[in-house]
Amino acid sequence: MSGEALRPRPPTTRPLWSVAGERVIETVIRVSGVSAVVFVAAIFFFIFREAAPVLWHKDFHILEFLFSSEWYPTSATNVRYGTLALTVGTLSVTALAIALAVPFGLGGAVFVSEFCSRRLRETLKIVIELLAAIPSVVWGFVGLTVMSKVIVALTGAPVGVNLLNGGVILALMSVPIIVSIGEDALKAVPDSYREAALALGATRWQTVYRVLLPAARNGLLAAVLLGVGRAVGETMAVLMATGHAVHIPDGLLQSVRTLTANVAAELGEAPAGSSHYRVLFLTGVLLFWITLAVNVAADLAVRGVRKK
Amino acid sequence: MRHATQANALPALRTALVLSTAMLVLAACGKSGGRTGGTTIQVRGSDTMVNVAQAWAEEYQKVEPGVAIEVSGGGSGVGIAALEKGTIDIATASRDMKAEEVELTRRNTGKEPKEFVVGFDGLAVFVHRTNPLDEIGLEQLAEIFAEDGKVTRWSQIGVTIPGVADDTIVRVSRQSSSGTYEFFRDHVLGKRDFRLGSRDMNGSKEVVELVGNTSTAIGYSGMAYTMPTVKMLKLAARAGEPAYEPNVSNTVARVYPLARSLHLYTLGEPQGAVRAYIDWILSPAGQKILEDNGYVPVNPQTT
Repeated sequence: MSGEALRPRPPTTRPLWSVAGERVIETVIRVSGVSAVVFVAAIFFFIFREAAPVLWHKDFHILEFLFSSEWYPTSATNVRYGTLALTVGTLSVTALAIALAVPFGLGGAVFVSEFCSRRLRETLKIVIELLAAIPSVVWGFVGLTVMSKVIVALTGAPVGVNLLNGGVILALMSVPIIVSIGEDALKAVPDSYREAALALGATRWQTVYRVLLPAARNGLLAAVLLGVGRAVGETMAVLMATGHAVHIPDGLLQSVRTLTANVAAELGEAPAGSSHYRVLFLTGVLLFWITLAVNVAADLAVRGVRKK
Repeated sequence: MRHATQANALPALRTALVLSTAMLVLAACGKSGGRTGGTTIQVRGSDTMVNVAQAWAEEYQKVEPGVAIEVSGGGSGVGIAALEKGTIDIATASRDMKAEEVELTRRNTGKEPKEFVVGFDGLAVFVHRTNPLDEIGLEQLAEIFAEDGKVTRWSQIGVTIPGVADDTIVRVSRQSSSGTYEFFRDHVLGKRDFRLGSRDMNGSKEVVELVGNTSTAIGYSGMAYTMPTVKMLKLAARAGEPAYEPNVSNTVARVYPLARSLHLYTLGEPQGAVRAYIDWILSPAGQKILEDNGYVPVNPQTT
């Protein structure tokens, strides 16, 4: 008891401003945390509010919207709003981009984090982060001018702006993000894990495969998800690189159109409040659901892995 | 935490960006502050007309340095949509404004859109330079482009493309906000819809470039956008009738089937600087620039 009295500033008698300050900061932090949820809900609400009236419009049928590939928003005779071809376009370009980007991205992250020398690592990190900062319209130009000529020369396709081009460009955009975030995740694994693996006589490869990848699983998944998120949401680059044709592809060398590129190309001309305008907002809602589904699926996958 | 790592990754680059942006803003302020008068005219719309609109704007700077003219494209529909909201001074359009667009403008702004015909253009049909085809009829074009059309391969209309195994026709079209798109739909397809699967380009020039890179392609665009890698087809209004080349004299004589007028639209009767600008565009100096850009000037006697 007497020992406590001797302390210069016991915790119970902090000055009032300090207690109040802590309260304020606590509140600020809590509000910041909750605001993320509020913002997402508000964005969804406003997009849906713009879209909702069309659901009862006579030209609009929800089944046609989801399962027809006939997209004729400005037809003079028969207006049809079918987005199946656009959804398939988005999913196919994204799937191709993931298939290309995930192996290279994770491989790059493992190399930068575990295998290369310190000097090389610093240089690579700067270069990779610069790559991540290249604006998407520049990638679009690369797709339109460089990549399309390469594809025509290598495959003999009639047109170089197609699914393959869009997928490669999106993969090039996603890889730097996956590498840079994935590398952070691997770095966050405590060195004691590496030391333990070494002590047990594991080779470098065994250490990476059996110890580091499982330990950094959540971080690596976040890296892949952010990369995928960029691929699903990307607009400008795919608008320029995919050929922008409403068409369900049956091969890599066919042109497609994505949901995002379609909104970008058409929202400017659609008169505010018209059915066309509202249907474009509804495609925004559709994109929102696709992203949500991807995130939930990834979350469930991680939980499944954790249980094993 | 991960985000923080990203944000801190390039502090130097970020600072440089912020500084250079700030300098740009300052420079822009300095410029507009120093200008006498400082009127800005906003022009938006047709991609067909964006080149000539830009050329007018640049030349007008020399005539009237006190007036700045900002030009952007996007398609006739984009310009008209902006005019409906009253956010621009002049909309350029390669098609007529529709009745419901006029109505919407009247309702939103309380003003009547005023139309000026500032020139004429031939809408040309392009194929690759190596394509042996020289002329085509409008019905055949409709068979190629329309939703219920039957022609999907060059061999179906008796054309053999040299050095190509797969002769599927690559159709090159425009995005639906384009006035060229609507003009083609109304005058070639007879208001029917385009068959899906065409490559829909976002500009007049992109259509010609893609056709120039693709030996099995066919596309349409303003005749001013022709390039050495493509060939413009002669057009016949009906099978058996003579086909006419898209050029200035055939457009003026109205024998070329896809001749169209180029418009400017303003909100109500234009006043002041906008009025002076449109008068200058219709003057011999402005019409000379239109002609230099590959379009057909308005004949003063016929308007």
